[in-house]
Amino acid sequence: MGDIQRIFYYHVPSAFAAFACFFVNLAASLAYLKTRSPRMDALALASAQVGVVFCTIVLITGPLWARPVWGIWWTWEDVRLTSTLLLWLIYVSYLLLRRFSHAGSMPVLAAVLAIFGSVDTGFVYMSIRWFRTHHPQPVLAGGPGSGLDPAMLHAFFINLIAFSAFGALLVWVRYLLERQQQRVEELHALAAVGGAR
Amino acid sequence: MMLRHLYIAYAVTWVIHIVYLSFLAVKHARLKRELSKLEKK
Repeated sequence: MGDIQRIFYYHVPSAFAAFACFFVNLAASLAYLKTRSPRMDALALASAQVGVVFCTIVLITGPLWARPVWGIWWTWEDVRLTSTLLLWLIYVSYLLLRRFSHAGSMPVLAAVLAIFGSVDTGFVYMSIRWFRTHHPQPVLAGGPGSGLDPAMLHAFFINLIAFSAFGALLVWVRYLLERQQQRVEELHALAAVGGAR
Repeated sequence: MMLRHLYIAYAVTWVIHIVYLSFLAVKHARLKRELSKLEKK
């Protein structure tokens, strides 16, 4: 493939970080449905937003890699590509729901939507194992014959750790901001009650 | 063409991260201002 192959070093770690974020989103959403804790709601929002950021990178760098290698930017027949776009759309709609709905039941609706989103996350991960696609077969944990050249493995793992650590940091910062946002809303509600008396 | 695509992909990755970090910084500044105003009341 030549130099274009180097996209691999941030395309795949970005996809890994997005999957990890969506997994945290699922765990936090389930925890929210069980406990109704605002902390879990904040964590669900933070992880979904950071997941969308990484998924956006995946969806842009993928076609930039595909064009010189496959000769096309995109194909709707490829299950991995289409299901990843669907995943991105599900989580963007999750964020839009959270942004524009002010109903009291919004966090519950968002948590339920997140559970549906997680089904697609699993499907995206398994799609290249279940279907023959343009997208390359898995290089890690892909069974016999799969794997990376040892010369690439070192650089790949450094990037994987760096992107994952950066993703975790972003989720943490966004979580803290969402907790602050919840505090602001609490104070606004208190001020409104005080003003009404 | 290959190198151009590599550089664009690299730049896009950086730009998306920088835009998101800026969004977080702006949100942080707004919340900090709003919190201090509300706590003074």
